[in-house]
Amino acid sequence: MDNLLSIVTFIPLIAAVILALFLRGEDEAAQLAAKRVALATTVATFLISIVIYVQFDPSNPGFQMVEEHKWIGGFNYKLGVDGISILFVLLTTFLMPLVIGASWNVNTRVKEYMIAFLVLETLMIAVFSALDLVLFYVVFEAGLIPMFLIIGIWGGKERIYASFKFFLYTLLGSVLMLVAIIAMYLEAGTTDIPTLLTHSFPSTTITILGWHIKGGMQTLLFLAFLASFAVKLPMWPVHTWLPDAHVQAPTAGSVVLAAILLKMGGYGFLRFSLPMFPDASALLAPFMMWLGVIAVIYTSLVALMQEDMKKLIAYSSVAHMGLVTMGVFAATRQGVDGAIFQMISHGFISGALFLCVGVVYDRMHTREIAAYGGLVNRMPAYALIFMLFTLANVGLPGTSGFVGEFVTLVGVFEANSWVAFFAATGMILSAAYALWLYRRVIFGALIKESLKTITDMTAREKWIFAPLVVMTILLGVYPALVFDIIGPSVEALLEGYKTALAGTAQAALQLAIN
Amino acid sequence: MIGTDLTVILPELVLVVYAMAALMWGAWRGKDAETPMLIWLTALVMAGLGAWIGLEPEGTATAFHGAFINDGFARFTKVIILFSAAIVLLMSQEYLRRNKLLKFEFPVLITFSVVGMMMMVSAGDLIALYMGLELQSLSLYVIAAFRRDSARSTEAGLKYFVLGALSSGLLLYGMSLIYGFAATTSFAGITAATTGEHLPVGLLIGLVFVITGMAFKVSAVPFHMWTPDVYEGSPTPVTAFFATAPKVAAMGLILRVLFDAFGGVVGDWSQIIAVLALLSMFLGAFAGIGQTDIKRLMAYSSISHMGFAFLGLTAGTAMGVQATLFYMAVYVAMNIGVFAFILNMERDGQPVTKISALSLYARDDLLRASALAVLMFSLAGIPPLVGFFSKLYVLQAAWDAGLSWLVIAAVIASVIGAYYYLRIVYLMFFGEQGEGLDGSMPAVHWAALMGSAFVMLFGVLNLFGVFDLAGAAAATLLK
Repeated sequence: MDNLLSIVTFIPLIAAVILALFLRGEDEAAQLAAKRVALATTVATFLISIVIYVQFDPSNPGFQMVEEHKWIGGFNYKLGVDGISILFVLLTTFLMPLVIGASWNVNTRVKEYMIAFLVLETLMIAVFSALDLVLFYVVFEAGLIPMFLIIGIWGGKERIYASFKFFLYTLLGSVLMLVAIIAMYLEAGTTDIPTLLTHSFPSTTITILGWHIKGGMQTLLFLAFLASFAVKLPMWPVHTWLPDAHVQAPTAGSVVLAAILLKMGGYGFLRFSLPMFPDASALLAPFMMWLGVIAVIYTSLVALMQEDMKKLIAYSSVAHMGLVTMGVFAATRQGVDGAIFQMISHGFISGALFLCVGVVYDRMHTREIAAYGGLVNRMPAYALIFMLFTLANVGLPGTSGFVGEFVTLVGVFEANSWVAFFAATGMILSAAYALWLYRRVIFGALIKESLKTITDMTAREKWIFAPLVVMTILLGVYPALVFDIIGPSVEALLEGYKTALAGTAQAALQLAIN
Repeated sequence: MIGTDLTVILPELVLVVYAMAALMWGAWRGKDAETPMLIWLTALVMAGLGAWIGLEPEGTATAFHGAFINDGFARFTKVIILFSAAIVLLMSQEYLRRNKLLKFEFPVLITFSVVGMMMMVSAGDLIALYMGLELQSLSLYVIAAFRRDSARSTEAGLKYFVLGALSSGLLLYGMSLIYGFAATTSFAGITAATTGEHLPVGLLIGLVFVITGMAFKVSAVPFHMWTPDVYEGSPTPVTAFFATAPKVAAMGLILRVLFDAFGGVVGDWSQIIAVLALLSMFLGAFAGIGQTDIKRLMAYSSISHMGFAFLGLTAGTAMGVQATLFYMAVYVAMNIGVFAFILNMERDGQPVTKISALSLYARDDLLRASALAVLMFSLAGIPPLVGFFSKLYVLQAAWDAGLSWLVIAAVIASVIGAYYYLRIVYLMFFGEQGEGLDGSMPAVHWAALMGSAFVMLFGVLNLFGVFDLAGAAAATLLK
């Protein structure tokens, strides 16, 4: 099948259209039908995406399963995956059935809810497999619409503020990327990503209004893309939309946001910033790494003081994404490998942590840490699972969190030991807030009257966590599952990056001699 | 000679004869009860003419010594004008009936204004341009005040008339200067007179006045003051009409003058257009935020959109004109859908225009709310809706012209403007419980709303080929 990627991408959308057109009624049966259709679709999507994994040739660093069709106005509909993107596609298809399963308790406007998530899945898969810049932008941005509605319609009390902030913040970042895309199109004459990866954008210093801009056009393009990815990732100091959005979004929305949508920022750095603007990346790498350090330390400290569980985990996400930023811009083999691994692993762990919050929220309808305590007495299974993911979040050896953090830090150390030093300090802070959260919620005596009747996890909930537990431990003990796939592509990426830098240095030398 | 001239203007001739016949018939019969029939007939005639013009063979023909040009550009804009006018006319009927405004003059006046618009986009001479513009404007002044017993409507008509007359004065003054310095009123003659790289100063001043006069018609800032009041005060079908066909005609007129007459001196006017674009985008985006009336909101939205359409012009290239034409086509398609919705905002038989009335509208009618939400996201320029692509192309054209500062300003303005479109979506889907709406929707409106949303949604596949048609039209203007 040559159009496997298109099939995987569009199955959820087709199911959404079918739901919209043919499912009528608001009664129990219709709701259940909507849930079942959504679950079946996401499971089917996942199963078909496994075929992509099987057919994928890890030794080939280029794009595979490429499909290309003429689209509008000189742009193409072009999909394909390489070692960097395939795992994000799989992460998306893997998590979506769990997300749908975690939404089984939703009972307002179920049909629309499922449609929103299915549409979102299509857009997310398309983001990771798009090989045309304009197509990438279209699907990247279009994801805002379902997410805006998910937060707005099924969110918490402050959902209106959160949804607007999410939408406008992300949009503001993205439109600057759009300007950069236009500039790149007019400069290179194409929006084809594989071609752009080999195009070298000018990096001679230019002067704008008396400002000398080192790295010239590359720096400007880099900054424009940064505006978008920094908001999406999110990086300090533009992360403030994330805690609001996370807290207000329904559980499933938080999971998708943390596990997949945030990864688009890191993916963007790897796909565009580093290979397309190598001179600018080299120039700004220290700046980016220090921003990452600030994110790790600052947001870890902020996380310590949170009273809302979801907010705490949201800040912890920002800290982990800071690590990803560092790893990418260390531009060493371990750094980039670790950053990708960290993103995949964070997809499982943060998703699971938000689901953990969802479990108790469904029972108690509060996310206040102070409202809990001593849950281990009545919820032993929950305590166990929550502990596993808390420790994975901290980076306990044996879990995927450890591999991600360790490899990234090794890579960062190679590039800049001070950055690695401070980042490692941040890891200690992450242990502090995560374990403290765990102690306050799970341990202690069960003295709160309202908790006396709380019940442990149901079978459905256990089944949702099971795959996540397996993946977290599996990747922790056998990380080659990821590294083998991303290896050749990352190597090629860094090869190209270094060649480009060497070329620029050569040219500068030539200029100096002349 | 006169025979060939008449064949060139045959569509206009048919329409004007039809309009006069309709006027006679209406005056003779004196029965407003027959107006619905007249409205349908007029819409049919317009749509028929639109199809006729659209299917005309390629090629350029001129008549009356170059005063009237029938080329690909004129045909493209005329088709948009005729079809949008026909649809808006059909949509007006129900509203006019409910508000006891069903008078036979309405379709007749609309027809006359459409004839004026067709003149405008085909003008090859300043005098022809002015005739077309005035024919259009005078009809519009009257229908703005169509609800004679309403102070608001009368105020709207009067305001529009006074400011419109002022703009006509400026335009005429500019034209007289141009005539004085170029010794001709024909566009071809003006082009011949502007051989140098820059315009002689007298012609330049004349051009500035002409642009000012035309900017009034598209309500570009700082000549926009009439727009919110006229939009709000006029009966809603009239507002819907203002937001569609006349905007296209005025933009077509600007394109005509700038490229046909002053196409050789792009550098002289592109700065002016760039500033108009910048001001319009930002004022439209900021001033819309505080609005509580949806018609006023749409007025500011139109101001902002005209700024974006101007972006394409600043480039002075065929690509830019193509982008602007496409932008106008998309803009009109979106507005038809939005106004089909606004026309039916009612409670207890009274028209409602407060935005807050949309609260939780999605609970009452999810389908209509979703269609409006699609249009709002499209107006805001969010992909994958067609509104995004229209913005993409004008931005691309402006960037190509080296106006990078303007492009960056434009995208920021689009984010600010996105706020008020989002607010409507928010109100409909998760706002506070309000008093709600209870209007039913006639089939014509329903079809217009759904059709418009459908086009915005599925245009992502291939933009329905309109972009290429706009390209062909642009090519004839810049031959």
